[in-house]
Amino acid sequence: MFANLMAWIEKRLPLMDAMNKHAAQYPAPKNFNFWYVFGILASVVLVNQLLTGIWLTMNYEPSGEGAFASIEYIMRDVDYGWLLRYMHSTGASAFFVVVYMHMFRGMMYGSYQKPRELLWLFGMFIFLVLMAEAFMGYLLPWGNMSYWGAQVIISLFGAIPLIGDDLTLWIRGDYVISGATLNRFFALHVAALPLVLVILVFLHILALHEVGSNNPEGTDIKKPKGSVPLEEQSKFQFHEQYTKKYDIVDAIPFHPYYTVKDLVAVVIFLIAFCWVMFFAPEGGGYFMEAPNFEPANGLKTPEHIAPVWYFGPFYTVLRVIPDKLLGAIGMFAAIIMLFLLPWFDRGVVKSIKFRCTAHTVNLIQFAVCFIVLGALGTMPATPINNLIGTIATFGYFGFFVALWLYSKNEKTKPVPERVSG
Amino acid sequence: MSNAPVNNGRRRFLTAATSVVGGVGVVGLAVPFIGSWNPSARAKAAGAPVEVNVSKIEQGQLIRAEWRGKPVYVVRRTKEIVSALANHDGQLKDPESEQPQQPVYATNAYRSIKPEFMVALGVCTHLGCAPTYYKGNFEEQVEGVSDGFYCPCHGSKFDMAGRVFQSVPAPTNLVVPEHSFPSEDTLLIGVGQGDA
Repeated sequence: MFANLMAWIEKRLPLMDAMNKHAAQYPAPKNFNFWYVFGILASVVLVNQLLTGIWLTMNYEPSGEGAFASIEYIMRDVDYGWLLRYMHSTGASAFFVVVYMHMFRGMMYGSYQKPRELLWLFGMFIFLVLMAEAFMGYLLPWGNMSYWGAQVIISLFGAIPLIGDDLTLWIRGDYVISGATLNRFFALHVAALPLVLVILVFLHILALHEVGSNNPEGTDIKKPKGSVPLEEQSKFQFHEQYTKKYDIVDAIPFHPYYTVKDLVAVVIFLIAFCWVMFFAPEGGGYFMEAPNFEPANGLKTPEHIAPVWYFGPFYTVLRVIPDKLLGAIGMFAAIIMLFLLPWFDRGVVKSIKFRCTAHTVNLIQFAVCFIVLGALGTMPATPINNLIGTIATFGYFGFFVALWLYSKNEKTKPVPERVSG
Repeated sequence: MSNAPVNNGRRRFLTAATSVVGGVGVVGLAVPFIGSWNPSARAKAAGAPVEVNVSKIEQGQLIRAEWRGKPVYVVRRTKEIVSALANHDGQLKDPESEQPQQPVYATNAYRSIKPEFMVALGVCTHLGCAPTYYKGNFEEQVEGVSDGFYCPCHGSKFDMAGRVFQSVPAPTNLVVPEHSFPSEDTLLIGVGQGDA
């Protein structure tokens, strides 16, 4: 009976086939390490954000008059409202933690290189939408830092010559940030952007499964059809989508092997997540900033406007450039550079394990600069901070320039044909 | 299917014509979606001019008026402050107010209609914070200048005509809004001199 029903469905919509193609018969390299769990963790956080977000809208009131009070209402009067809100706010920071790790993994192992450029681009668009999502979400509690943070970022568009002022007026829908701005940000935050985000994630995974997962050694697990003797091929059954064109080596099916492994990572992640959520939901003032505990007030600027930690690196780039327009251009350029990474890197060897020493040094200095920029973004702009920030900004952009230069004729180590581990 | 020969030229023309008409439709459809983001009639009405009674402001005192949700600083400048404005032109980015940050009738040495009254938006031209008024103790920010404005966010400095000092992040002088004096004691913010 059940088998008949399944067959009936399968004939009309190949669900099992799709499941096999993307999970039970998807060939994943057998040598994934710790760094490969962050994609799954990002999906877990995405589901968390969608679920808790929907539940928060049930009691949130998107209006200049009611927003701040409705957050207090959720925190104090709604059963488990505090928990849902902390899940959502902790999830926002956790999202960026896992996404930054996920991106750094890609940079270490050359997962953006040919043929995975489009996969990387989808990922970068996800990152961009995520930043827009976080920025707009941060306005919704209508606290004073929400207000002034939005003020700073929206006024960036005012730096554009000629149309700047009209553009900021159009974005705000008022002469100042007001309920009109709050309402449109709410609509984008809860409907438009999540929709875009989910579609992009879908495309990201589809693109991944088309080209196949990279691995810490950067070797290809898909060999030309007929080039590998049967006894050396992977013993598992993979979907014909993959086997009809290639001989698969050194691979295991994503499910159950990696689903089970990822489950361990999910549990460890959730323990850390819950610790923050229950014991430090404000993240020491970095996840929720102190001025946000008073309502938005357009006549009272907080002493020190700082973005939430995950915007820190880009905010510092904006701040250390002493010209408003150039600062804004610099900030967006910092993101565009990441988009163009597959084309800055002219090398053919993927993994850091087999690339030149200069690449290792360059990647480490990039990571250090990124963290320094991030830390500075949450601190006041003193002359010494600006000096350090300027140096780190040069380090950030220098990474891409240096990579472009040395990757052309790079001295690399021989890459093994097969996964060695 | 008939055996008539395919007229590729006509086919291309029809495809192009359909695409163009469709494109015009898309542009037309975009108008309401983009237009709905403009300030509504209510927001525009709330942006109406504001009247301020300036007769009670003391010498050197700053009062804040609210216009379109933004703070407007109104200062009754003393004679000393007005005469001191000319002393630090060398330290300013735009001492002659060449950038159009003020209406034409306020494009003068003291950036206002009457030298006595400074009218400017209390919104830093860097990233929109509210500069703090340093009355008589601005020396700690700029040597030799006794009064001015200091922005606590990123350290921008302005003088008593809202002109920005050099080597600070703010790119331009403070904005002087459209304003006028319908009578001796009344300041009208939002309506320019000669517009009313």
